[in-house]
Amino acid sequence: MNIQIATLLGQDGLTNGAIYALLALSILLVFTVTRILLIPLGEFVTFGALTMAAMQMGKAPNIEWLLLGLVLIDCALDLYQYLKHRAEPKKLKVIALKLSYVVIMIGLLNQLPLSEIPMALQVVLTLCLIVPIGPIMYRLFFQPLAEAPALVLLIVSIALHVAMVGIGLLLFGPEGARTEPFSDSNFRLGSVMLKSQTLWVILVSIFLIVTLFIAFERTLYGKALRATAVNRMGARLQGISPVFAGKATFALAAFIGSASGILIAPITTLYYDSGFIISLKGFVGAIIGGLVSYPIAAIGAVAVGMIEAFSMFWASNYKEIIVFTLIIPFLIWRSMNSHSVEDEE
Amino acid sequence: MKPRYLIIIGLVLLAIAPQVLPTFQVTLLNYIGLYALVVLGLVLLTGVGGMTSFGQAAFVGLGAYSTAYLTTTEQLPSWLAWSAGSPWIGLLIGLLLTAAVALFLGALTLKLSGHYLPLGTIAWGISLYYLFGTMSSMGGHTGISGLPSLSLFGVVLDKGEKIYYLIWVILLAAVWITSNLLNSREGRAIRALKGGQLMAESMGVNTFRSKMVIFLISALFAGISGWLYAHTQRFVNPTPFGLSMGIDYLFMALIGGVGSVWGALLGAGILTMLKQWLQDWLPLIMGGNGQYETIVLGLLIVFMMQRSPGGIWPLLVRLAPASWRNQNHIKVDASAENLPRRDLPEKGQLVLEARNVTRRFGGLVANNQMNLQLHAGEVLALIGPNGAGKSTMFNQLSAVDTPSEGEVLFLDQSLKGKTSREVAHMGMSRTFQHVKLLTTMTVLENVALGTHMRGNKGIISASLHIEREEEQRLLKEAQFQLERVGLGEHLYTEAGSLSLGQQRILEIARALCADPCVLLLDEPAAGLRHKEKQALAELLQKLRQEGLAILLVEHDMDFVMNLADRIVVMEFGEKIAEGLPEEIQSNPAVLEAYLGGAE
Repeated sequence: MNIQIATLLGQDGLTNGAIYALLALSILLVFTVTRILLIPLGEFVTFGALTMAAMQMGKAPNIEWLLLGLVLIDCALDLYQYLKHRAEPKKLKVIALKLSYVVIMIGLLNQLPLSEIPMALQVVLTLCLIVPIGPIMYRLFFQPLAEAPALVLLIVSIALHVAMVGIGLLLFGPEGARTEPFSDSNFRLGSVMLKSQTLWVILVSIFLIVTLFIAFERTLYGKALRATAVNRMGARLQGISPVFAGKATFALAAFIGSASGILIAPITTLYYDSGFIISLKGFVGAIIGGLVSYPIAAIGAVAVGMIEAFSMFWASNYKEIIVFTLIIPFLIWRSMNSHSVEDEE
Repeated sequence: MKPRYLIIIGLVLLAIAPQVLPTFQVTLLNYIGLYALVVLGLVLLTGVGGMTSFGQAAFVGLGAYSTAYLTTTEQLPSWLAWSAGSPWIGLLIGLLLTAAVALFLGALTLKLSGHYLPLGTIAWGISLYYLFGTMSSMGGHTGISGLPSLSLFGVVLDKGEKIYYLIWVILLAAVWITSNLLNSREGRAIRALKGGQLMAESMGVNTFRSKMVIFLISALFAGISGWLYAHTQRFVNPTPFGLSMGIDYLFMALIGGVGSVWGALLGAGILTMLKQWLQDWLPLIMGGNGQYETIVLGLLIVFMMQRSPGGIWPLLVRLAPASWRNQNHIKVDASAENLPRRDLPEKGQLVLEARNVTRRFGGLVANNQMNLQLHAGEVLALIGPNGAGKSTMFNQLSAVDTPSEGEVLFLDQSLKGKTSREVAHMGMSRTFQHVKLLTTMTVLENVALGTHMRGNKGIISASLHIEREEEQRLLKEAQFQLERVGLGEHLYTEAGSLSLGQQRILEIARALCADPCVLLLDEPAAGLRHKEKQALAELLQKLRQEGLAILLVEHDMDFVMNLADRIVVMEFGEKIAEGLPEEIQSNPAVLEAYLGGAE
């Protein structure tokens, strides 16, 4: 291996690592706030990437129908609750808002010349399509189980992943897709060639991580979510709605997931079922962080990306195996430091 | 006795099925049997033990690939040449490998909180899948073909109709072993894993070992299923051992009902048939041919978890007439021998002592320089207003927590670094302030858990039910203690349906089953009616006479004053008084603590 190859691999590793770090952070966020291990996070990644790809091919992405379906179910439930309690006249307004949002989105998708509009607009449209799916998913699938044992939540999470992979196949078909890079330029740093998309991924990831950090440190809603993560019951007694916390974290996770998908779509070809392996690498990062520490999880995730890139060079066939056995030393270390016997709910 | 007829009818149907059904249906039944064997392990792991694994398919693969490699490789490495391509050696080696991996994975994850096992098994499942796919000696993604058929007693099992019998006999044997295991001393320890680990440890159960045992058994069942699969199919490739199959196994367990061994059979059957049916029909509805059944199955599982997390089996049981249920009460044999008892320390001997015990939580000093002594044949009461630090003290004495400074001596040994399990073995037994019972088990079984340390028959004898003699002795002891505390009429009641007062009494019976020399009781009289309190006081007096040392934390002053030999009063983490009940009643510091001082 020479310097040239090493820098190339390093770039790859850093790019993937940045994405894994984003995913690891949202996994941790969802886990600490709701106790849910969000396995379907990877499906948001593929949905994001494949939606972008469909737009660039000039097709209205089929995911609009998924959104429409979910919103209709959501509104039907809202209406049912309204008719049952008649307490909140605001509900009707909310239903109208939700419905008009979907109608406008579908209208835009079918009227705009999707392949010709600026890429930034494509990105915004993609996010607008996918992010609302997160909170609706929480409402339909997890909210009724908010008090259930952690094991049940994990099972539902896995089941949802299985269903979403099938839905991905239905919506996007079995073909893989790759999107155009954000810009074509390349940079030269000394003798090293830097791909511009690499820079994009790294810069956007850092920007997102810093924004999240500030949001959680400085804003009231961020603090509310942190409070929920520390003590669910305590937060509830302070008037922080667990439903709100769940929906908000799912929206964030859907946002980070689909943004990650948009970022890497120009680099790797993604298929409807590629998301699982990607999110699992985020999970490896999260496990390294002990499912509690954000900075360690982020560093761990970047390490996963680097190791993956370099094992591609030395033992490409064993890449996945190497990455997933990475958790073993961390499990050993944690297991040696754990003596207590606890009852889990 | 009707359920027994049902089982017999079922067996007869199973026996004649291959003779009358077309080959395709028999193949389907073979698959159901193979799957059910794996799912049975998951029932044990998930339904009984409250843990879960997505890596069962990988264990199946390990079993299948071991035998495939051994029976088809022309030139085995010299250290394996002795096996001569025998499928039976293949089975043995497959099981050894499976056990080794399961022990390793278990050692890594079972001590950690609940999420690490499923995540660890996901990583393991994926890794093994890629490993099979890349190793050329294992045939890569194309797999290995040309496996020999099994032959048993000279009969070559080369057709689905023949191997059918082997599959189902093994499956039924596994069901028998599993239900035997669950109805035994080790089984009670396993059933305590879900929601009662703290309590089980304080009854002397090694919960880590129990977890390991069921993880190992479930892995071995999967390994056997893989071996059978390989020789049924006579071809292996990585696909059926990937993570998605691991998820399917778990789905089968959940659909059937993860709480019962029969749920495994039901779930494997339903999911296999449903998948067949969906694969036939969905492409017609949705167009194209993709694996759209995953959408239906995924949503079905979500719906089930929301509406009927117990699966379908409990729903069927509810439909069955009441007389069919609750038939298999455990019978207690009155002629069983009594268990040997430990020698109690002589009356008046110092058994438990706290020396300058201080416990800090950050800046809060919950116990400050606490001293107390407990002697054999004495009832010592620890009292004090709310927040005085009694519970913290109780935790220091019972080795649940370790003092920041000072030490606790039990029978002249320091408790520093000892777990509550070790202390239980030394002869300390306790009850809990918030009762810790296994609510769906009978009262008798709950109490029998207390006898855990007094038996020594292991997993294998429990699985084969050759430990019945010891089991009867344990059950007899449990029954004796229950009668002694006045719960003799409730042996077969579900523990969760007792009143709170009775549940507290049950905890005392359970603690007594451990044959302790020191009994620590945390608010035993709370929630008891007047008569029950009197009975409890009489019981404790009798135990005191026998030479037990009893420490109780209690709020009921009448109860304490009439019963205790000595009283220690705490306030703000410190001891403010110690003495005979009469002295305490007139002690000005105590009066001030309880009633507020006159200024």
